[in-house]
Amino acid sequence: MLTLLIDGLAYGMLLFVLASGLSVTLGVMNFINLAHGAFAMAGGYFGVVLVNVLGVPFLLALPLAAIGTGLLGLVLERTLYVHVYARSHLDQVLFSIGLVFIAMAVVDYTQGSQQQFLRLPDFLRARIDLGGATIGAYRLLIIAVCGVLAGVLQFVLVRTGFGARLRAAVDDPVVARGLGINVGAIFAVTFAVGSGLAGLGGALGAEILGLDPSFPLKFMVYFLIVVTAGGTAGMIGPLLAAIMLGIADVGGKYYFPTFGGFVIYTLMIVLLVRRPNGLFAR
Amino acid sequence: MKVVALAAPSRWRLVEGLFWLAAALGWQFAPDYSLLINEIAIFGLFALSLDLILGYAGIVSLGHAAFLGLGAYTAGLVGKIGLVEPALGLIAGGAIAGLVGFATSFLVLRGSDLTRLMVTLSVSLVLGEIANRWVGLTGGSDGLQGMVLGPLLGRFEFDMFGRVGAAYSLIVLFALFLLARKLVHAPFGLSLQAIAGNRLRSAAIGLPVGRRLVGVYTIAACYAGVAGALLAQTTQFVSLDVLAFHRSAEVMLILVIGGTGYLYGGLIGAVLFKLLQDALSGLTPQYWQFWLGIIFVALVVVGRDRVFGLPLALMRRLR
Repeated sequence: MLTLLIDGLAYGMLLFVLASGLSVTLGVMNFINLAHGAFAMAGGYFGVVLVNVLGVPFLLALPLAAIGTGLLGLVLERTLYVHVYARSHLDQVLFSIGLVFIAMAVVDYTQGSQQQFLRLPDFLRARIDLGGATIGAYRLLIIAVCGVLAGVLQFVLVRTGFGARLRAAVDDPVVARGLGINVGAIFAVTFAVGSGLAGLGGALGAEILGLDPSFPLKFMVYFLIVVTAGGTAGMIGPLLAAIMLGIADVGGKYYFPTFGGFVIYTLMIVLLVRRPNGLFAR
Repeated sequence: MKVVALAAPSRWRLVEGLFWLAAALGWQFAPDYSLLINEIAIFGLFALSLDLILGYAGIVSLGHAAFLGLGAYTAGLVGKIGLVEPALGLIAGGAIAGLVGFATSFLVLRGSDLTRLMVTLSVSLVLGEIANRWVGLTGGSDGLQGMVLGPLLGRFEFDMFGRVGAAYSLIVLFALFLLARKLVHAPFGLSLQAIAGNRLRSAAIGLPVGRRLVGVYTIAACYAGVAGALLAQTTQFVSLDVLAFHRSAEVMLILVIGGTGYLYGGLIGAVLFKLLQDALSGLTPQYWQFWLGIIFVALVVVGRDRVFGLPLALMRRLR
């Protein structure tokens, strides 16, 4: 039971790091980016190549994967996304689905369609006895990393000058621009950091989530739930939503294996119909 | 004066006659392409149904395959339990899809584009999961086995070259197209366009916004169900693929290629899409998805009007 709870917590925290970038682009900038999962997948594959092929230590590969994905995000934002910000939602949907398809085909072509496994170092395979429940060290690492990241993100968003400018740019881009805030640059940096976080999550979670070319579609729904359920006021909402989702999903799949898949989709429909503005609406 | 202006688009144009004549001639004189013509007709019908909700009512759906799949499985099951007349499967497919469309239409009435997108997506995912798990009914990932089809209306046996199948799909498409054409030029369709334009003002002038949207969503679901039934019957096979996400995405692309909101968009899109798919998958069969993605992105970044400027300009004359 406790093991299940910890697993769910780790899974949820992972979902939070994966989706946190999306909660800015979608939740805040109101850009429907269905391709967010593609960045997470890119991070995962960066990790696989770095660790399994080039032999980089796992803990070093994580930040490298994040930086790589962040740069990829920055390039795509400057070259493609900028043209689509002001378009209709339909255009945004078409555009980001296109990116997903391209990403899936490219990964399939270069890495093959089979599931990839990131080789974990031995110390992460250890299991720790915690008052009757055994917990994998890997799960604990995920919880620790994601917890720290959540704290840092909340701090940056609420307590720093950059966070203040970002919130201003989002609340009213025109006025923010008038005050001399470089809105385009802020969005670009935010997008890059969000992609980088997704990449980090993809590499960190490759072992739990399973990495294959269908990744962006498989997890699209999860990311969307985290963002819509969490709302856009700060990082606390998405974090709580992600943890609840993680525990519900792990528990659902454990207790009702035949109906595991339904739990999540049904949850989403009910949530969207009852609370279209999120669980923690302002 | 006003009435004449409103009625003008409902008059038949020469181009429209030529379009349908070309379809009939294609069937008559290109028997080798019967399978392709059949597929185009089915995809065209599917895209036409999406046009009703996206082009006319402004609802962005990311899960339209739900109704295609429902129609396909229903038609397959009807054939399996011994009702071999294809028309029965067709009607049943449309009816079941329509029922589910009616039931779920209330979910898409509220919220923003994003919530509608997610709700429609979830509905199709739930149905996909049901089809996957309910192996006793659907055959799960092996696909539906043992579907039997008799001759159409007791007279026309389906042949292996798809001649009868293509004629069947084309006739159903034409009949449903006529109905849709009547519908969108009737006050029903005009009020839908008003709602898509400005929901608040439409409600303020007394249009029953909710009822109209429920109506059009149900009709579109019916159409998609019929397309699914045609797909199942003419290929004599149903698999989980009919409910897959890429179906919903493709039909969006088909419609957008052809242009939304004038009924022919889906049909023209289906022709272009199928020809494109034929050519590109001939080039690299496995990575059709890559090209699909490129088309999506190019279409948006370059701008729809510029990529398909010429066909659109031609089609404007048709409106």
